[in-house]
Amino acid sequence: MAIPVRRRVADVAAFAFATAATIFGLIWLTWILWTTLREGAAALTPTLFREMTPPPGASGGLLNAFYGSAVMIALGVVIGAPVGVAAGTYLAEHGRYTRLAAVVSFMNDILLSAPSIVIGLFVYELVVRTAGHFSGYAGGLALAMILLPIVVRTTEESLRLVPDQMREAGFALGLPRWRVTRQILYKAALSAILTGILLGVARIAGETAPLLFTALNNQFWSSDLNGPLANVPVVIFQYAMSPYDEWHVLAWAGAFILTAFVLLLNISVRLLARKGKDR
Amino acid sequence: MNDTATAIRAAPTDMGAAAAQPVAIDIRDLDFFYGKSPALKGVNMAVPANSVTAIIGPSGCGKSTLLRTINRIYEIYPDQHAEGEIVIDGRNVLDRRYPLSDLRRLVGMVFQKPTPFPSSIKANVSFALSYYERLSKSELNDRVEDALKQAALWDEVKDKLNHSALSLSGGQQQRLCIARTIAVRPEILLLDEATSALDPISTAKIEELIDELRERFSIVIVTHNMQQAARVSQNTAFFHLGELIEFGTTSDIFTNPHEQRTKDYITGRYG
Repeated sequence: MAIPVRRRVADVAAFAFATAATIFGLIWLTWILWTTLREGAAALTPTLFREMTPPPGASGGLLNAFYGSAVMIALGVVIGAPVGVAAGTYLAEHGRYTRLAAVVSFMNDILLSAPSIVIGLFVYELVVRTAGHFSGYAGGLALAMILLPIVVRTTEESLRLVPDQMREAGFALGLPRWRVTRQILYKAALSAILTGILLGVARIAGETAPLLFTALNNQFWSSDLNGPLANVPVVIFQYAMSPYDEWHVLAWAGAFILTAFVLLLNISVRLLARKGKDR
Repeated sequence: MNDTATAIRAAPTDMGAAAAQPVAIDIRDLDFFYGKSPALKGVNMAVPANSVTAIIGPSGCGKSTLLRTINRIYEIYPDQHAEGEIVIDGRNVLDRRYPLSDLRRLVGMVFQKPTPFPSSIKANVSFALSYYERLSKSELNDRVEDALKQAALWDEVKDKLNHSALSLSGGQQQRLCIARTIAVRPEILLLDEATSALDPISTAKIEELIDELRERFSIVIVTHNMQQAARVSQNTAFFHLGELIEFGTTSDIFTNPHEQRTKDYITGRYG
């Protein structure tokens, strides 16, 4: 049976539109990666990971910024992920049919869409002003608050995706709720929960505003979490705004590493999710 | 709620052999509600011990609901509730003071779809076992082996106890579910259409298994398949629209039903 011309035209048009849209989306990503790579190429040497951020006119790397970012992201995950998984578990399991859970879920949505600069200001008021100085702790806390609602949401959703039959089977054996959750449901939802945490890390890795108000920045090597801490996003911001060419190159290189890191993280999330589905 | 006619019909007058046996589950004036809509109405039924009791009836007649009431699994959902009594070993298990973990240890349940937990074959069997009992490693291994043997699965899995339970076939998964249920040594086994998702060969294996298990457990099965009820059970109860219509020996129900509705159902007029 021949397909009517109108339907064939519609098919070709839809395919062309979808392809164009995909290319349109991909162009920006490749453009960003290419530009940051080209402009930062001069600084993309082992020195980048070996030396500190330089004063104007000198050469150097971004070691202190990478270190500070890594530490604050780790702190954010250490604070935000357990609380987020616990809260998500409450929403999906213990509080499932309660009013409180509905309210908490709604509040979490608000936190999820809160501008990160507001969270930065909040931690500034809460920690920086109280302590009287900027600190890595404050930075980690601000990142934790951005990570938290992402982990809450993804944990809740991944637990809800575990079929009720699995819960019934656990309960039918007489196991208490916490055991069913810990030994059965977490195992079933593990890759999805980890995916949520990784997506959260990808999100906080590039956050600048909350760190400006909390960790500030540091020209020098410092591993003291109780003082200002260098970090990649704020260094990029500062160096890109400066009039010095060496700083511009470093900012580009930092931007490239950051983008590539987030891209890799997203790819591993995909792989992890696929592995979860295969089982 | 409970009209006398139903009560008389459900009394074990026509239960024949069943009446002579000790009672494992004594269901008295049981009503069940999903929200406000009733799913079981005034059910009175004495399930005999150490035999297989089949519950048959058309979809939505309340047969699965009855099973879900016996181990109170319905309590997971806040809008479901039961009224009446279910007496096991002289105690009303519907009493809220009756501890759930005691009840569910006493009354095991196997579901329609195999529900292996996403862990190893051995862990599936030992989860509940190590929750209820403090066992040494070798005792635990013995009990796991024992349960898998009772479920006729041991020979197929003894060399891969640490493999994922999800790697087993559907029929093996269902026998694993039976193994982990009997591992904690319950008195009663509830099987909710436990073979309806399986192929004929796996179904036959599980039916054989049910026949062996009835020596040690009192078994209640819900089934859509009347041939299955006829093959594996000694007593059969017919439910329709939430009411127990007739309860008697399986041969009576299938060859000489007293009620017109039972006759209509088993001869295929509806269902």
